[in-house]
Amino acid sequence: MAYSEKVIDHYNNPRNIGTLNKDEKNVGTGLVGAPECGDVMRLQIQVNEENGIIEDAKFKTFGCGSAIASSSLATEWLKGKTVEEAMAIDNMDIVEELALPPVKIHCSVLAEDAIKTAINDYRTKQGLEEIK
Amino acid sequence: MLNVPIYLDNNATTPMDPRVLEAMLPYFNDKFGNAASRNHAFGWNAEEAVDYAREQVAKLINASPKEIIFTSGATESNNLALKGIFEMYARKGNHIITVNTEHKAVLDSCKHIEKLGGKVTYLEPAVDGLINLEDLEKAITPETIVISVMYGNNEIGVLQPIEEISAIARKHGILFHSDATQAVGKVPVDVQAQNIDLMSFTAHKMYGPKGVGALYVRRKNPRVKVTAQVDGGGHERGMRSGTLNVPGIVGFGKACELCMNEMEEEAKKLSKMRDRLEAELLKVEESYVNGSVEHRLPHVTNISFKHVEGEGLMMGIKDLAVSSGSACTSASLEPSYVLKNLGLDDDLAHSSLRFGLGRFTTDEEIDYAIDHVSKAVNKLRDMSPLWEMFKEGIDLKTVEWQEH
Repeated sequence: MAYSEKVIDHYNNPRNIGTLNKDEKNVGTGLVGAPECGDVMRLQIQVNEENGIIEDAKFKTFGCGSAIASSSLATEWLKGKTVEEAMAIDNMDIVEELALPPVKIHCSVLAEDAIKTAINDYRTKQGLEEIK
Repeated sequence: MLNVPIYLDNNATTPMDPRVLEAMLPYFNDKFGNAASRNHAFGWNAEEAVDYAREQVAKLINASPKEIIFTSGATESNNLALKGIFEMYARKGNHIITVNTEHKAVLDSCKHIEKLGGKVTYLEPAVDGLINLEDLEKAITPETIVISVMYGNNEIGVLQPIEEISAIARKHGILFHSDATQAVGKVPVDVQAQNIDLMSFTAHKMYGPKGVGALYVRRKNPRVKVTAQVDGGGHERGMRSGTLNVPGIVGFGKACELCMNEMEEEAKKLSKMRDRLEAELLKVEESYVNGSVEHRLPHVTNISFKHVEGEGLMMGIKDLAVSSGSACTSASLEPSYVLKNLGLDDDLAHSSLRFGLGRFTTDEEIDYAIDHVSKAVNKLRDMSPLWEMFKEGIDLKTVEWQEH
């Protein structure tokens, strides 16, 4: 199975690898997946508490090239979005952008989960309700 | 000059030796006859070529030519051996003993036999991949007709104690079949000295062509018979019908002859290269060899790099053809059943790479592999959350993972 050019680009030049301080009140962390399943993603957002805009996003991923590319792309998309806009990112957007084949759709699902988990972690810290 | 991509996946298949190809070529055009045509020179020429190849194949494993049944490959040989014994020896019993790290051709034949009412015991090897001989002997019942244990494992290269296994089979009057696909042509295999009753092997794992293999079926002490699974013209002593693949068989014979002459030197060379590759890669932090390093094929190593996923790793070494026990390479999410059945944790199984060296592997290629694999592992660890957690001293087993 050949990877799309975009997947290869994200794999070779991953955007926003790194770690934000998970104890900060304006940082939300989403850790999803499991080592047994062969993929674990950690996605973090740093939110400007005044305007609700995501100022920074970082990821680290254990997984195949498509999982790495999905999370790398997610951090790119998250930056500059409001939390509400970020919540609307759909896994199929990632599938389309990266031209993921059917067997790799689960990578995009995981990335969407990671985004939502990170946002809800942030909201919980802010004393807000989780969004389903 | 180093030519990329580099092929280190010789357990999947080997390139054909040019000498094999040369031997085969006339049988595609000039000498195209059907070996079963008894009435003209075209048939005689083909038959003569097949007879010669049969001798070359038999010699490599110390069998008589009459004991070689040509098939389409080891998968067919395994099917023929197990299903053929099950049918032929139905009156004697219906129980088969095998191992849960066998190739799918054996395991799925056994599953098929279970559906037909047969009983199968799947032995569980120790973490080094070796079976326990006491477990084997305990599994024997009055209904047991065959023990099927592979010679060398395709994923980790572990060599089973063939002579001890066949001694147990003999003692109880049970047939012994071995899937020796990865071993024949790589290490000395002797069906007489090792008391093997049936043995599957194939040409394309030993520098011969794809689509041709053999089942060795012992003719005396005891005389073994299998029920044909492909019916037709009664070729191959009635055990496998179908027009013989003459060019393929000629190539198989030549490949066996070359292995016969060169195996010893080659094994020495390859084990030296493999040991160097392994030693250098084990310098990478948190890397482990899977399976026994003591009882192992000379050209194979299977290494797990903790907290790095195998398919992601392979993408980082795209000019290096190896294979991974990680599941992402297939449609299923389950990692290699062989590694799992050794009792390896799923995360280690997902982190494994298999290196299979071969006749044409060079020292420069090994250097390349060492360099690129080490770099790729480090790169991926920099982006692995598991590696970061491990480095922080978090026990990953205590983390509540959100499985999906």
